[in-house]
Amino acid sequence: MRFIFKTRYEQDIRLAKHGGQVFWYSVLMAVMLLAPWIVSEYWLAQVTFILIYAVVGLGLMLLSGFTGQFSLGHAAFLGVGAYTQAALTNAGVPFPLALVAAAGISALVGVIVGLPALRLKGIYLGIATLAFGFIVEEVFARWESVTGGNAGKHVKDPSLFGWTVESGEPFYYLCLVITVLATLAILNLLRSPTGRAFVAIRDSEISAQSMGIHLARFKTMSFAISAALAGVGGALYAHKLKFISPDQFGVLQSIDLILMIVIGGLGSVHGAFLGAIFLITMPQAIALAKDYLPDAIALAPGLQGVVYGSVLIAFVLFEPLGLYGRWLKFRTWFQLFPFYRRGMFKRQKSFQKSERLK
Amino acid sequence: MTTGVLLSARDISVRFGGVLAVNQVSFDVHRGEVFTLIGPNGAGKTTVFNLISRIYTPTSGSIEYDGTPLLAHAPHEIAPLGIARTFQNIELFEHATVLQNLLIGRHVHRETGFWSQLFFTRATRDAEVRARHKAEEVIDLLELQKHRDSLVAGLPYGVRKVVELARALCTEPKLLLLDEPSSGLNVEETDDMAFWIRDIRDELGVTVLMVEHDMALVSKVSDRVLAMNQGEVLALGTPAEVQSHPGVVEAYLGSAGDVESLRRKAA
Amino acid sequence: MQLLQIIISGIAQGCIYGLIALGFVLIYKATETVNFAQGELMMLGAFCGLALMTVLGFPFWLAVLSAIAAMALFGIGLERVVIRPILGQPAFSVVMLTIGIGYVTRGLITMIPTIGTETHTLPVPYKDQAWTVGALVLNVEQMVVIAATALLSALLYAMFRFTKLGIAMQASSQNQLAAYYMGIPVKRLNGLVWGLAAAVAAVAGLLLAPITFVHANMGFIGLKAFPAAVVGGFGSLPGAIVGGLVIGLVEALAGFYLPEGFKDIAAYVVVLVMLVVRPNGLFGEKLRKKV
Repeated sequence: MRFIFKTRYEQDIRLAKHGGQVFWYSVLMAVMLLAPWIVSEYWLAQVTFILIYAVVGLGLMLLSGFTGQFSLGHAAFLGVGAYTQAALTNAGVPFPLALVAAAGISALVGVIVGLPALRLKGIYLGIATLAFGFIVEEVFARWESVTGGNAGKHVKDPSLFGWTVESGEPFYYLCLVITVLATLAILNLLRSPTGRAFVAIRDSEISAQSMGIHLARFKTMSFAISAALAGVGGALYAHKLKFISPDQFGVLQSIDLILMIVIGGLGSVHGAFLGAIFLITMPQAIALAKDYLPDAIALAPGLQGVVYGSVLIAFVLFEPLGLYGRWLKFRTWFQLFPFYRRGMFKRQKSFQKSERLK
Repeated sequence: MTTGVLLSARDISVRFGGVLAVNQVSFDVHRGEVFTLIGPNGAGKTTVFNLISRIYTPTSGSIEYDGTPLLAHAPHEIAPLGIARTFQNIELFEHATVLQNLLIGRHVHRETGFWSQLFFTRATRDAEVRARHKAEEVIDLLELQKHRDSLVAGLPYGVRKVVELARALCTEPKLLLLDEPSSGLNVEETDDMAFWIRDIRDELGVTVLMVEHDMALVSKVSDRVLAMNQGEVLALGTPAEVQSHPGVVEAYLGSAGDVESLRRKAA
Repeated sequence: MQLLQIIISGIAQGCIYGLIALGFVLIYKATETVNFAQGELMMLGAFCGLALMTVLGFPFWLAVLSAIAAMALFGIGLERVVIRPILGQPAFSVVMLTIGIGYVTRGLITMIPTIGTETHTLPVPYKDQAWTVGALVLNVEQMVVIAATALLSALLYAMFRFTKLGIAMQASSQNQLAAYYMGIPVKRLNGLVWGLAAAVAAVAGLLLAPITFVHANMGFIGLKAFPAAVVGGFGSLPGAIVGGLVIGLVEALAGFYLPEGFKDIAAYVVVLVMLVVRPNGLFGEKLRKKV
């Protein structure tokens, strides 16, 4: 069992709460830095995708998990970032500038999408974001001069300070740096007044207002940051795939993103990463399992959908706190052994009471 | 010019659909006093609070606070003016810890902007420590130490009421609106609440405007009382004066005539 | 004349959207949860009808009624097994659950050997028929859709207005705990509501099948039904139908008058406009929390 004796406020404010955390995260960083020497080229590409999706997941987690704003069209921001990056890189703009532009334009679109959010809540906001998602996807398909339409668009490799960052190892390190920076940024926000304001908006808007939190300003901020991160993720996505088309940024991708943060664990930064790992490794796991399944099931095209859906249902029914929640329970069991009690993480049941008022 | 009057409500009325919830209500709250609104359920007391918090807008009348017209402000501008409130049905941030709730209460005193927070500069770090310090002062006053890191969702009702109060105090208000602070509390907790309200007035110098049903608590802590019934003012004065006012007695207990009609007719 | 054809076509399509939206609103009114799998339930209903008609050889009317009954039972079962255990969890969880159900349903149907991956025609007796009224050529399939929707709406209205069941459902939707205390069997009611919504979805599926054919991705039309429900006002049953008609009409007119691509997003533009102008929809209720 670990007892943390706190003597200074800094201990609560710091990112790493105790020596153990410093140790394990350092080990993780070391493993990530040595990855190209540890795993094959194929798996390195998968890890790169995990990092990219984690960045997008961080944004969506901030918006939906921490600010409570339902976003069902998030793939649109991914697409805006991707196409902006593609257009600028192909025109010869160096990587850092293009990335800032991708993030900036995504953020701008995010602010626009967020405008209805200022007046809408819950399912209405979800429908509004869903609608935006469809409209943006259609714009990608129709605005052929910039996006190449349904035929798709090839993307050149990023150029950084004169060097071309090739796919594979160099691009992996680029993604790693960006992911670490994004994570630190989000963690910083969450331990400052801005992050707390987001949480306040999620839990009780009326209360947040009475604490002096300007709802419109912070909701817009949340949308902007979330969209900017999705834009960055989209830019990296474009470079990784080298070819983008509108159908990659449709409603199915949006649902995948939501799936990712829900299974990862809504309301936690770890959840974004765990969710990304789940999203990328699940198809691999299914592919591996196919060898052990009878042909009728293994070769059926609907298998992936069934697995995804079943896992989602299982998590909602049995582990609403997501993968991170399950990890917390396991770790607590381990730390408190043998004093762990089964009901420790039980959430209060709330009976549905309509907030509708005639 | 600092007059003795901190809050002044003049002829405020508010109508919801066909219901006149508050009808031409006027009262003044003096600096440094504990002013209580009493009245049976549905009298419009919480509605008055919601008007001051700018959750609702009155259909007529005006509210002046510290010399400025309150109605010109949006709901989120009320806290920076120095008005804090608690809610009748607790509106805490359920999925955050008690400490985080209190720190959100410090929002009006935040010192750094978005970019400084994004990079968590020295300025932000120092501001965080200062905010923590202030929150700890409130925790000390209300004895919430052992609940500091607990998630609000799992706390018992009595503790949550105290956390509501603590969060409001963290905003360092000049005027504190307490909506039924003792509802749901047992005798000891109500006694604690009485002491705290007096401490808030005497040591912190905060003016308290309170809605309350517990007459013992009202008598113990209030300087002046306003009785309302069905959206209108019935009586204004010291607790003793108001409690013996015939109109107030009738509103709560009914008139002598009512009792007669309930008597069984002689056989 | 062509305009009239288009309008009728739009109304017919709108009726389908309206029926799916009706299913959403039924479940939302009763349990304040949104069922993202409503489109998939419709798809299941169509496949069910197909199986009964082609594999089991049932005559048309028997197949239709059996499919509706079967789907109603499926809806009740679904609620019992999957939805009821999460009673008490936040609304977002339930939405995710229904998204998961949609995935699983679509996947399972696709996995059925040969039938799942192909497009089938539903052998309805009025297939490809047309009535000629003066210069107007009316597609019987579309007429059936409109008539069936009108009939179903009338039946549901009567149920909610005049029967104890309907009133109990409304009570349960506004305050579950109070409904429990009043002796209303809330859990059983929820099951019935899901059964009803599934039955309505089945009707929608059977009506849509002759027009778009039966295939595993039929359910995606459900995504257009959301705008319909929102336009009408999410808690309003007549609103769902009206919303559907609005969307159907706008889509049909956009397809005719506007350049390519606008037809697909017409529904979404309409819903955005509605959410900005009148967030509660045409017949919606005002959402306000009382503190």
